[in-house]
Order: sequence, then C-alpha cells, then structure tokens
Amino acid sequence: MEFLFSHLLTLILFLPTLFALVLLVLPPKEVKLIRWTALIASLIPLGLSLLLWFRFNPALTGFQFQEQITWYDAIHSMYHLGIDGISLTMVILTTLLTPLAILASFNIQDRVKAYMILFLLLETGMLGVFVTLDLLLFFVFWEVGLIPMYFLINQWGGANRGYASLKFILYTMAGSLGLLLAIQMIGVLAGTYDMQVLFKVWPGIQQGMLFGLPVGTVKAVAFWAFVIAFAIKVPVWPFHTWLPDAHTEAPTAGSMLLAGVLLKLGGYGFLRLVLPLFPLESKMFAGTLALLATLAIILGALGAYGQNDFKRLVAYSSINHMGFVVLAIAAAAWAAGTDNAVIAMNGAVLQMFNHGLSAAGMFFLVGVIYDRTHTRDLNAYGGLFALTPIYGGILLFTAMASLGLPGLNGFVSEFLVVRGAWPVFTLATALSMIGLFFTGAYVLKALKKVLHGPLNERWVGHLPEIKPREMAVIAPLMVLILSIGIWPSWILTVINHAVSMWF
Amino acid sequence: MAAGPFNATMILAILPQIGLLALGVLVSILDLLWKENQKRNLGWLTASGLALIMVLAGVFTAPAAQPVLVFGGMLRHDWLSFVFQMIFLFGAALTALFAMDSEPLSRKGEAYMLLVAATLGMTLMASAADLIMLFLAIEMTSIPLYILAGFIVGDNKSTESGFKYLLFGATTSAVMLYGFSLLYGFAGTTQIYQLAGILQQGQFSTFTLIAVLMLVLVGFSFKVSAVPFHFWAPDVYEGSPTPIAGFLSTASKAAGFAVLMRFLLVVFPMTEHYWIPLLAVISTATMIVGNTLALAQKNVKRLLAYSSIAQAGYMLIGVASVSPLGITASVFYLTAYLVTNLAAFGVVTIVGRSTGSDELSAYAGLSRRAPGLAMVFLVALLSLGGIPPFGGFVGKILVFAAAINSNLIWLAVLGILNSIIALYYYLMVLKVVYLYRSEDENRPLAIPRSWAIAMGLCVVGILLLGTVFGPWYQWSVTAASSLF
Amino acid sequence: MQFPILSVIVFTPLLAGLLIVLMPPARKTEVKVIALAAASVSLLLAIWTYFSYNVSAGGYQFVERLPWLPQLGISYAMGVDGISMPLVLLAGVVVFCGALISWGIDDRPREFYAFLMFLATSVFGVFVSLDLFQLFFFFEIAVFPKYLMIVVWGYPKTREYGAMKLTLYLFIGSVVALIGALAMYFASGLHTFDLIALEKANFSASFQYIWFPVVFFGFAILGGIFPFHSWAPDGHVAAPTAVSMLLAGVEMKVGAFAALRVAIMLLPQGARDWAWLILILATVNVIYGAFIAMIQTDFKYVIGFSSVSHMGLVLLGFATLSAEGLTGAGMQMFSHGIMTALFFAVVGMAYDRTHTRDISKLGGLIKKMPWAGVGFIIGGLVSMGMPGFSGFTAEFPIFMGIWRSTPPIFAIIAVVGVVITAAYILRVVSKVFFGELSPEFEQGVGDVTVLDKVAIGLLSVLMIALGVLPSLMVPMVQSGVEHVLRLLGGA
Repeated sequence: MEFLFSHLLTLILFLPTLFALVLLVLPPKEVKLIRWTALIASLIPLGLSLLLWFRFNPALTGFQFQEQITWYDAIHSMYHLGIDGISLTMVILTTLLTPLAILASFNIQDRVKAYMILFLLLETGMLGVFVTLDLLLFFVFWEVGLIPMYFLINQWGGANRGYASLKFILYTMAGSLGLLLAIQMIGVLAGTYDMQVLFKVWPGIQQGMLFGLPVGTVKAVAFWAFVIAFAIKVPVWPFHTWLPDAHTEAPTAGSMLLAGVLLKLGGYGFLRLVLPLFPLESKMFAGTLALLATLAIILGALGAYGQNDFKRLVAYSSINHMGFVVLAIAAAAWAAGTDNAVIAMNGAVLQMFNHGLSAAGMFFLVGVIYDRTHTRDLNAYGGLFALTPIYGGILLFTAMASLGLPGLNGFVSEFLVVRGAWPVFTLATALSMIGLFFTGAYVLKALKKVLHGPLNERWVGHLPEIKPREMAVIAPLMVLILSIGIWPSWILTVINHAVSMWF
Repeated sequence: MAAGPFNATMILAILPQIGLLALGVLVSILDLLWKENQKRNLGWLTASGLALIMVLAGVFTAPAAQPVLVFGGMLRHDWLSFVFQMIFLFGAALTALFAMDSEPLSRKGEAYMLLVAATLGMTLMASAADLIMLFLAIEMTSIPLYILAGFIVGDNKSTESGFKYLLFGATTSAVMLYGFSLLYGFAGTTQIYQLAGILQQGQFSTFTLIAVLMLVLVGFSFKVSAVPFHFWAPDVYEGSPTPIAGFLSTASKAAGFAVLMRFLLVVFPMTEHYWIPLLAVISTATMIVGNTLALAQKNVKRLLAYSSIAQAGYMLIGVASVSPLGITASVFYLTAYLVTNLAAFGVVTIVGRSTGSDELSAYAGLSRRAPGLAMVFLVALLSLGGIPPFGGFVGKILVFAAAINSNLIWLAVLGILNSIIALYYYLMVLKVVYLYRSEDENRPLAIPRSWAIAMGLCVVGILLLGTVFGPWYQWSVTAASSLF
Repeated sequence: MQFPILSVIVFTPLLAGLLIVLMPPARKTEVKVIALAAASVSLLLAIWTYFSYNVSAGGYQFVERLPWLPQLGISYAMGVDGISMPLVLLAGVVVFCGALISWGIDDRPREFYAFLMFLATSVFGVFVSLDLFQLFFFFEIAVFPKYLMIVVWGYPKTREYGAMKLTLYLFIGSVVALIGALAMYFASGLHTFDLIALEKANFSASFQYIWFPVVFFGFAILGGIFPFHSWAPDGHVAAPTAVSMLLAGVEMKVGAFAALRVAIMLLPQGARDWAWLILILATVNVIYGAFIAMIQTDFKYVIGFSSVSHMGLVLLGFATLSAEGLTGAGMQMFSHGIMTALFFAVVGMAYDRTHTRDISKLGGLIKKMPWAGVGFIIGGLVSMGMPGFSGFTAEFPIFMGIWRSTPPIFAIIAVVGVVITAAYILRVVSKVFFGELSPEFEQGVGDVTVLDKVAIGLLSVLMIALGVLPSLMVPMVQSGVEHVLRLLGGA
C-alpha cells in the first residue's frame, strides 16, 4: 500500500503502457480477450485516479504526490512528477475518457490488437503531459502522444485519412519545434528543467543581453514559441485548419480523445507553462491573444454553422469552445492577481473539463449514427427522433450541454469565463457573446437536420436504437454533465484552490 | 678501410656469388645429363639451390658492423649489399619455381642457367664499389635477361621484346658508360668511395658534376624503369615469358635501386641540393605516367608493367628524401614490392597458361574457377595498392613519412594522389575477377605444386611484411645505415 | 597481464574469416554458422566489456600494449574509453545483425562472410586503437571488403559505380588524414604514434591551424560531411543489405570517431579555430540531406540521404566543442548506427521480396511483413527525434550544445531538418508500409524469417531502451567527453 500511494502517479502513468506490452504478446486472433484486457487496463488508471482525487488535499499549496528520480543527468533533466488541482482535473478527464473511448471502439474489427495498444500508449502520452514537473519530460510526453494518434487516424480513419493524419502530425510537430527550441534555450540558460525552479528563476531574468539580443526580445521570441505550439494544439485561429480534417477522419474513439483530451494539452500548456514562465510577456501580448480567442469563437461557430458534414460541424464547434479557454487565459494574463483573473481561470479549467465531456460525447454520438447510416451528411438524415427516440434524447441532452444551456455544465464554465473576462476585455467578451449566439445556431441546425424535420424514409427499418454498450459509454458523460451543471462546486473547489495559488 | 690482402673475409664476402656460380655450372651439366622428362626438376634444383645459398649466406656472410672493401676495393661487403643479395636470391628462387611449369621455360636448362647468371650479376651490382665492377655487373645482369626476354622462340612478340630490351639497354648502358668515363677522367680513380672525396676537393663546376650525374642516371633510370626511360617496360613485359617479366619487374628493378642509392649518396653527396629536386621530379613523373597509363590497359601484363613503373616512382620518393628513414623506407618498400609483384605475376602466369590469354577479360569468373588463386591476386593487388594488412601498406606509409620528414610534403601529397589512382585500377581488375562471369567458370584451374608453394611463400611474405614488420624494418634500417 | 578481451573482440572475426576462406566452397551453411558464431562471440564480449567498464573511473580501460615497431614508436595498443566503448558495442550489434540477415545469400557465401568478418575486424580495430598507426592500419583494412562486397553482391544497376565511388572517396579521405597524421608524428618530436602520448604533444598554434582541417576533413569524409558526402547515398544504395548496415551504421561512425580522436583530441586549438567551418558544413548536412531524402523515389536512397542528414548532427555536436554537444554526438553515433542498420535491414527485406525499391510501386507491406513494418516505424521515430526513442535523447543534448556555444540561428536551422525528416519518414512509411498493397505483391511476398525478426527485435529494443533510460549509456559517454573537454580546455 505504501508503495501504491507513494508511486500513484507513476502507476497511473505507466500501467497503460505495461498493459500495452501485455497485449503485444496476446494472440492477434483473440479479439474479445484483447478488447476486454484493454478495457480493464484503462479502468485501473481510472480507479487509481479516483483514489488520487480523494487523497488529494485541495487546501495545500504546491504540487502533491511528487516523485523525483534522476532521468537524464547529463542535461539535468529529472523524472519529476506531481500534480495540483489543474492537473488533477485533467488527469481525471483523461482516465475517464480513455476507457469510454476503448469501450466505444469495441466495434473495431480490423487489427484490434494494434489499435488497442496504440490507445493505451496514447493514454500514457497524454497523462504524462499533465503530471510531469520537468520541462523536458513535458516535451517528451507532448510528442509521445502524437504518434499513436497519428497511426490511429492514419490506419483506422475515414476516406481521407492519409491527408488528415499527415496534416495533423506536421502541424503539431511544426508547432513543437518552436517549443523544442525554446525549451532548449531555457535549459541552457537556466541549467535545469525543473518547473518549480524555473517558475522562480526564469521570470526573474530581465536584464542584460542573450545571444547578442536584449533579454526582452529573446524572451518575447521564446514566449511566442510556446504560445504557437500550444495555440496549434488548442487550436486558436488561425492555426486551426488541421483540426477539422483530423477530427473528421479519425475513428470515433480517436475523435473522442482528440477533442476530449488532446486539445486540452494546449490549454494546459498555457496554464502550466506560459503564464507562470512568461507573466510579463503574457500581459504584454494578452490583447492579441484575446483577439485571436474572439476570432476563434466567432469564426469557429460560423464555420460550424456552414458545415453539412455532421462530424465536421462538431469538429468546428471545438474551435469555438476552446476559444473561451483562450479568452479566459488572455484575461487572466492581463489582470493577473485580481479576482477577475481567478474567476476567469476557474472558468478556463472547468471549460476544458466540460468541453472534454461534451465534445467526447458529441463525437461518440456522431459515431453511433454513422455506424448505422454510413453517412455523415446532415442532409441525408431527417426526423430520426421518431426512429430512435432514446438516441435522440441523448443527442439532444449532449448538444444542449455543448450549447451552454443553464443547468448543464457548459453554462457554468462559460459563465465563469465571461464573468472573469468582461471587466478586462469588455469588447472582446461582448463579441464572444455574439459568438455564443452562433453556437446556438449551429447546434440547433444540427439537431434540426438530424432529429427533426421530415423523416427520411430510407432509414426506416435500417436504424436500430442505441445499444447498451453505447449507452454505457455515454451515460457516465451525461451524469457528469448534469452534476457539474447542477452542483459545480465539487470540482470547482479543487480548481479554485489551485488557480488562486497560481494567479 | 683500404683493401687488405687476401683473407677469409674475402671468400665469405663473395660466398653467394661462388654459390651461384656453382649452381649455374651444376644446372648446365645436369641439363646435358638429364632426360627430357626429368628436366622439369631443374626448376626444383635451381630453387632449392638458391634457397640453400640464401641460408648459407645468411649464416656465414652476414656482414660485420663495419663495412669492408674487398678485392682491392672492387666490392663492398656491407649490410646494403647483403640485404639486397637476399632479395635477389629470394626473387630468383621464386622465379625458378614459376618457370618450372611455364611452357616456354620449363624444360630448358639454359633458362635456369641464365636466371642464375643474371642473379649473380645482380648480387655483384649490389656490392660493387668500383665503376668498372659496376659496369661489368650491370652487363652481366642485362645480357642473360635480354636473352630470357626473347626466350619464346618463334613468337614475334617475345623476339621483339628481347630485341627492344637489348636496344634500350645497350643505348642507356653506353650513355652511362660515358658518364663513368668522365668520372674517371675527372678523378683519376674508379673506386666509388674515393671518387666522392676527390670530386669534392677538385675544382669542378657544379654544372659539370650535374651533367655527369645525369648521364649516369640514364643508365640507372633504365634499370628501375623510371620516366623517361620506361618505354621498354610494357612491351618487354608483355612479350617476355611471364615469370621473366616478374623477375624483370622485381629483382632487376631492385638491383637498379641498390646501385642508384649507393651511387647517389656516396658519389654525389655535395650536389644533393640539385639532384634531390631532380629525383623528386623524376619520381613524380614516374608515378603519374605509370598510373595514368595503367588506367587505360586492357592487358593485365601491360597493366602490371605500368603499375610497376609507378611503383618505382614511390620508391624514388624514399631515395629523394635522402635520409636514413628514406633509404630504409625504399628498401622496405622494395622487399614488400618484390614478394607482392612476384605473386601478381605468378597469378598472371597461371591464368595465362590455362586461358592462353593475358587480357583482362580472361580473368572474368576467376573467383569462381579458382577461389584461392583469386584470393592471392586480391592480396597481391591490394598490397600494391597500399592497403593493410599487407606489406605494401607499411612500405607506402614509410615512404610518405620519409618525404614528410624531409619536408617534401608536396611529394608525399602527389604520391598519395597517385596511390588513389592506382587503387582505382587495381580494384577494376579485382572487379573483373570477382564480379564478372565467364563461360569457363565451372572448369577449375590447374595449379601445379611448385606454383602453389611459390605463391604461398609470397602471400606469407606479404602478410608478414604487413603485420610483423619489426624484423624486416630493422634489416632495412641496417641496410640504410651502411650508406650514411 | 589481464585477459586481452579487446584483442579477442577484434580478432575473433578475423580468425573466423580466415577459417571460412579455408573451407570448401560447397559448405555454405557451415560458413554462415562460423561467421555468426564469431559475431556472437564478439558481441557477447562487447556487452561484457560494456558492463564491466568502470564509468566512475573513466579513462582508457582494458588497455593492452605491446611493442610493434619500437624503432618508430609504433605499438600495438588497445583500450576503450567512454566514447569508444559504446561504438564497440554498436559494431558488435550491427555485425551480429548483419550476419543474421544475410543468411539468404546464396552466391558464394564463403567469400561474402569472410569479407564481412574482415570488415568487422576493421571497424572493431579502429574503435579500440590507442595507436595512430594501428588506427590507420585497421581503418584501411576495410577498403577491400567494402569494395568487393558492394561490387559482387550489390545492386546490379549501380554497384560498380557506387562501389568505386565509395572506395575512392574513403581512401582519399584516409590518405589525406594520413599525411596529417605523419606530420603530427614528426612535429610532436615524441617519436611515438601513441595517441595518449600525442595528446600531450602541445603542437604549436600555427601547426594546429594548418593541419587540423587536413586531418579532420580526411576522416570526416567517411563521416559523410558536406560537400564530400555523395559517396554515402550511392555507396549505401549499391551495397548488399548487410554491407549497407555496416557502412551506414558503423563505418560512418568510424569516420566521425577518428575525426574526434585524432583531429579534435590531438589538435584542440585547431578544432577551436575551425569549429565555425564544421558548424556551417554540418548544418548544411542536416538540412541538405533531409531535403534530398524527401524527394527520392528510391526507398533505399531515402535512407541513404537520411544518414547524411543524421551524421550532420554528430558533426554539429563535435563543432560545439561543449559537454552537451559532444555527449549528444556520442549518443547520436550509437543511436544512428542502430537506427540506420535497422532501416537498411528492413529495406533489404522488402527488396528481397518485392524486387523493387520504387516507392510509388510499393505499398501495404505491413500486412505482409508486420515485423519489418513495425521495426521501420520505430526506426522512423528515432530518426524523427521523437521523444521516448534514442534519437531524442541523442539529439537533444546536441541542440543544447549548439545553444550554448554557437549563434542560435544554427539551432533553428538544424531543427528544421527535424521537421523535414518527419516529413520524409512519414511519407515513406505511409507509402511503403501502409497504403494499398499492389496486387502483384499479394502473392509471393512472404513474411520475414525468424533470423530477421531477431535482428529487428534486438535493434528496436536498443533504441527504445536508450530513449527511455538514457542513463544506460550517457554517463559512460560523459566520462569520455570529460577527457575531451580537458584536452580542449588545456591547450
């Protein structure tokens, strides 16, 4: 037990990898065995992270569950893990969505073994980013997560998967390059990659010359290197163009994790690294960020509205929703130290969590209908409520969460964001509110096209109702959506403590 | 160091020569007595006789630390001559083995006799300390070789070869003799070791001395086939019986070097500054001409001829360095070159006998027909190319090191550039051997035991010189030291 | 005197080669078994040596020293330090895998395996040499096995050209370096070829300025430095699989290693004077190699040019003359050696089964040969410098070194090479291993053999192990680098 508690993060992080290795030796023909092993493999980290959640003390400042051993001594990089409230939220989101995604993938028939192995490796990659306290290790996991996702899209994706996967990986890798260079530079200058040390040391370097340039310039460049890397991942307009392709072509479960977790890596990067490491620069460029966020919100919504492909519509909605995260971050950067900042940050973290739930749910529901109809064309549906009332109800519920209906989770976080950002960037926030209006428009458009209107006769008799397994996937999401909507404080306590500590 | 009265040292000093003379006589007599089908054994006899002489000479005539002049200053018994005599004897023994199954030579007693006679001449060349002795020795070497080169009766090429060799040899000898006579005229002595002192004291203009030197050099250059007196080599090699070509390119060349080194260093030390550049230029030209012309050859014998011209160029680098290290390097190089080139010509002999052709195309599929032979060829060519772990590598390194040590860096660079060209054509030959196919590749080549022994000896020699080079190096050092 | 383990490592292949030469040509299987056994012995001893090397003590260990030619100060001296030890292991692994995957050679396997063994002796010998003469001795032994193996068992269309080009380039490089080495020998006044003694020779600044480029570039040609790199792709492509593996995997390291050991360590002042040039050329290597790799249509050429690009990173690490850069270069030598050996092995397996290397004709091979496909992907990830694999743990310190000691622009340019690498690797992976399986390969293209799988598995595991646990090798390399830094700082 002692070992379990002292190495909880390591266990959560590497159990999926361990099970991936176990899967490697299973015979490829035993599809059922492989699926269930994978599911169990992903449920154990979920259990452990629940344990984590209950053992986590929100009142403490600093990072908890720290583990630290030497990793790469030559360049002073440590295997250093630890979490605070922000990372904990993200860890929970990841460990929750992974089993659901695996469960959602039970209908995969082609090379199940490789598929499941990649999924488990993906989980390790994503979790690693959230739990590490070493800048280099952060980058390691940041990149490690890319590869399984690339192969998931490339191998099990839709018709245009080759293009989409390449675009996905090249965009993200191009983004990481700046990050890589900036990390190298910081490592060389600071002599350490320990985030806790860097948070203290790095912002303090203000005077003098580096590489023949004023420190301010160098730091501004490094700042933008970080920002662009994370902005691509979030994605912030205008770095978003990889997203609709990748999300649309990815297999259902892949889209769930892409939208549910991978996008959060970008937002988490802003919170964990950009704001603490570059407070001055963040403040200096907060206006620009807010502008980009607003554009993401409005254009994302407009883009979504313009789609006739159901999955693409949901994909664009992610741009729209993640824009709020960035808006909150911009506001917090500008108004650091004020209540507004804290409120906005609360909103940002919660919005990430919420979007994780609803976007994963939406993608899953798109997948459910696509499995049955083999089309994603909105115009090919119509009046399906009559054929599949349960599915229709679930879709309606999840879409409403996405829309921001009060009483569901989306409302809470978006309200917090807007409340925090309004005094800081009034105009941008006001414009974003108009963006919210478009959000309503596209959600309703999708619902109308799918569920309402005249029944498309070709589906009569060909559209079975949602299955129990699929219910099992969506149900936990719905419960969480509702519970946060009604009683958000169970999660906001954790987030708020962490956020107040930092900002 | 003046010549003393007759004593045992004198006999010991010429022990090899006595042995050779006895061997020659023995061969001549047995040639008359033995029946036709026994005559092949003359080869065994010659080879083992030469080997015996080597052993005897090695045991009894190893020179003392101090060199001695014997026979009234005619011969100098020193390490340089001793080491070179060993080289000649070894080369001749191997050549005798190769000759045994070589069609034009095998059953001809006179061939062995001539071989022994030429070897006798060479041993005298190496130790000659008098102009007259030297000239006689050179002629004694050359005349049997003229005959051997033209030995294939009825073959136009061979006849042409012998005749060409004779004409070239005679002409250059004449020029050299003219140089000798001038030297005698200036100094009033023919004793090499006295010449230097007299020439230094005398009121001779440098120009005169250089002119004489150049006359003499003509003869030596012919012997070592240095540019511009190299023209005979490819034609003569091509036409001669292959074992003789091998002998010409190794032992005969070595003899030329022995004389060249002694003469330049002993007689002309005072004009060093003039002849070092001259020698360097000759060396460069020899390397470049030999290597570039070798590139174009389609006949392996001609290719080896040009390659051995180029090899002379490398050895001249060592001589041009005019330092103990330089001479050591040249001697070492010569030793390595001797075993290497003999092996190469041995392979050519075998292939020529089986396929009736020396063209490069005849070597296609050789590695399938006779893998062992191909391997020997590989070892020989790579050693010529200066690749470890073969003797040529060490030789080259020593030669280049000597050049650098004497501040002739440009010469070392040129030498290295040339060795790159050389590697190119050696590899081209190996490519044919290993890569190309031929219709005959399933018919194995017959390799008589004598040749197998000879080539085995060569390969062992090449490998020893390339790996355990300590003893050989020490001998080269000792040989070189007797010139300084 | 202790057990001469390094000599055994070096000469076991040689003895096996000689034994093979003496066997009758018809005993094809026995020949292979002997070669593999010798390779295994060398590998196992290399592993044993690797783990017995005392990292905290550092310096040259397992030293053997015998006089060879004392008159000229030539000795037979062997020993390993933290930089050469991993390379010995690398050579052991690659030779072993090369022997494994060449099992299918049917044309004169006797000669093939004999030459392979000679080549192995050559590379082992260079890495353990503590004597300059001995280093050249082993360095040039490689000439003929390389040439003949390429020309005889190589790719019929280009082998004659590729083999000759490669051999001459490398020969030119080595003899140019040889001149420099001889100059050092005489200028030092120590009358020794002993590398350790020459380290203390204190050559004058002007001597170092003149001779450093000669020695460095002579060796760096074998390391594939721009603009003398063009032998590498042509030679690698023309070579038979095992030779490509050894050439790109080990021989290029021989060049880089010799450039470090002879040029940088003996002429440290010269290294500082000329670092700028190496830096520029190596950066060109990285970018140019990657760009050219991207536009290749021949599968094997992609890998050939990728080696040029990756060796550029090794040389960049050298050029920084910093602790991180040199450590990274040491790691990169090992990592790239393993990676590129795996690449060429897989390319060879694919070619043997499909008889084409045209990327546009290949496709979907992962269905037919999953091990090869996965192996290639892992190699690709290493190549891209993906974290979690050895490529990252090797390249990252190099970049840190660049940041530390050069204008940042070089780091930025070089990192672009990483993106291009990702592009061409993904292109090849998606075309060759994924994509549509051409109908003509539906039949007749089988899976790789068990021996192939052993090789792929071994190489892949090494790359992942070093990516996850760099401390398996880094401290050793560091101990070697510290010595280099002392030399660089002391002169």
